[in-house]
Amino acid sequence: MTSTQAPPSAAPEPTRSRPSLLRRVWWSDALAGWGFISPTVVLIGLFGLVPLVWAFVLSFEKNDLISPGKWVGLSNYRKLLHDPQFSNSVRNTIEYTLVFVPVCVIGSLLIAAAMNRRIRGMTFYRVAVFIPVVTSTVATATMFNWLLDPDFGLVNAALHKVGIANQGFFRDPHEALMSIVGMTVWGWLGFGVIIYLAALQSVPPDLLEAAAIDGCTRWRAFWRVEVPLLAPTTLFLVIWLTINSLQLFDEIFVTTKGGPVGSTTVVVYYLYQQAFQFFNGGYASAVAFALFVAILVITVIQLTIGRRISHGER
Amino acid sequence: MAAPSAPPSVVGPLPAFDLETPRRRRRPSGWHLFLLPLALVMLTPLVWMVITAVSTTQESRQFPPKLPTSIQWSNFSNVWTGSPFGHWLLNTAIVSVIVVISNLVLCSTAGYAFARLRFRGSGLAFILLLATLMVPFQVVLIPTLLIVKSFGLIDRLGALIVPNLVTAFGVFLMRQFFLALPPDLEEAGRIDGASRLGVFRKILLPLMGPPLATLAILTFLSIWNDFLWPLVAIQSPQNMTMQLGLSTFQGAHLTDWPLLMAATLMSQLPVIVLFLAGQRMFVRSIASSGIK
Repeated sequence: MTSTQAPPSAAPEPTRSRPSLLRRVWWSDALAGWGFISPTVVLIGLFGLVPLVWAFVLSFEKNDLISPGKWVGLSNYRKLLHDPQFSNSVRNTIEYTLVFVPVCVIGSLLIAAAMNRRIRGMTFYRVAVFIPVVTSTVATATMFNWLLDPDFGLVNAALHKVGIANQGFFRDPHEALMSIVGMTVWGWLGFGVIIYLAALQSVPPDLLEAAAIDGCTRWRAFWRVEVPLLAPTTLFLVIWLTINSLQLFDEIFVTTKGGPVGSTTVVVYYLYQQAFQFFNGGYASAVAFALFVAILVITVIQLTIGRRISHGER
Repeated sequence: MAAPSAPPSVVGPLPAFDLETPRRRRRPSGWHLFLLPLALVMLTPLVWMVITAVSTTQESRQFPPKLPTSIQWSNFSNVWTGSPFGHWLLNTAIVSVIVVISNLVLCSTAGYAFARLRFRGSGLAFILLLATLMVPFQVVLIPTLLIVKSFGLIDRLGALIVPNLVTAFGVFLMRQFFLALPPDLEEAGRIDGASRLGVFRKILLPLMGPPLATLAILTFLSIWNDFLWPLVAIQSPQNMTMQLGLSTFQGAHLTDWPLLMAATLMSQLPVIVLFLAGQRMFVRSIASSGIK
């Protein structure tokens, strides 16, 4: 404060220094800052950090979630390596992801490219493609249970029309997982389209015009100009869809419950069964951590490969 | 000070979905040949749900299926009388409203503090926040259940509310918004003698419309459609949310498809109506955040 240089004689005001201290505290960022973030920090700590540490501890315990747990060291993780049901769930999850992600990414890219124009009826197309995005997983699964009903379902009726015999879909161990893929692609396509459309809007039109002047067809320009420019978006989508498909649960729970004969038991469904049907809380936590690590590792791998590819193209 | 008329966009530029293409054709575009069948395929599950919802059980058990001859409104009333559907709707509405409001308040204040205020501990707190952002919910599912149990909230709506009062994602979203906002306005307010809270309420709040709308929409969608957490936290039919109720309803009426489709249709109606009313806002929220 510059006023300290003023002669101290003139009217001693002890009252002044007090409010100024209070005022300084009141104005300081620390008080305001902690005031603003403390509820959030408490809640995130309680429901984000504490459960994370707790889950890690649980994964070293034998715990039925009711009585106190017993420390068993690494035995849950050792069991994971030799559990055929767990490796089956891993296999199903990988198979699901390997089909779901590419189909979703390529499908939504093509649809977004087709929708990135001003033509009559676009509002209708947009609604048709986007409504599944806001439809809940449970509702989606219930609708597909009906559509794919082996006896009275609409899809079998359509197949019947073209002379194909009735299929079992969710009830056929060879078709169940791919039926789940079809259903979830329906639910996620619109999401990819939204992301791609937003990115396509930012492609500078001059680049496409330049390509056209150079005698490039629209189709070639799409693959050679737009698709490379969309690489970061594609990378984001691949990562995001992969993370979500590794966490698949709701749709399985409502349609197949992991069956028939374990053909759709994915990792999170197996985790759910272990925790809430067999009350192996410790083992389920080990499954959860294995999933967590897998997601982190896969994301890092995808990021590295994705960066390398986009650097190579530059 | 004149109120700024155009609030800056949320996170990056807002996608304008009907940007004009350079050439406009007079003839109907050939793209309809691709888009029309696609749209029909995408709409088929929903249309078939609506058609089945107004059929009789008899009509749903024919192969090949036929269109219903009359509209069976009783399916809808049967859902209401045969299940605690009203409870489910009310529960989901209560949980959504409380969680959305609390997220709007807590995420915006915390996001502001992390973006603008320099104070001891803020860096560490933010890193911990980011760390929880990466953790899949399934990993913390079991301990969260145990924590909620210790609060005596199991099988109560509180179990669905308390862990969702604030989301790390929402804080991050709001922080990004404030980082992109020029600080001049706030500095002017501070010089005029307003406190941090005053600046936040009087100057920033009017600018926060777009990001808060995004946050509200995404929070609402995630609460409305959440399934795994209600599944493990709630047991009594009266305390269930819409999605959980719907799944138990399906278990109880396995082959009564008209009844099931009527329930499914009603469970989605609020979201679909909101989506149709604010389609642009919905799409923008999803596009700007990359969250479904």
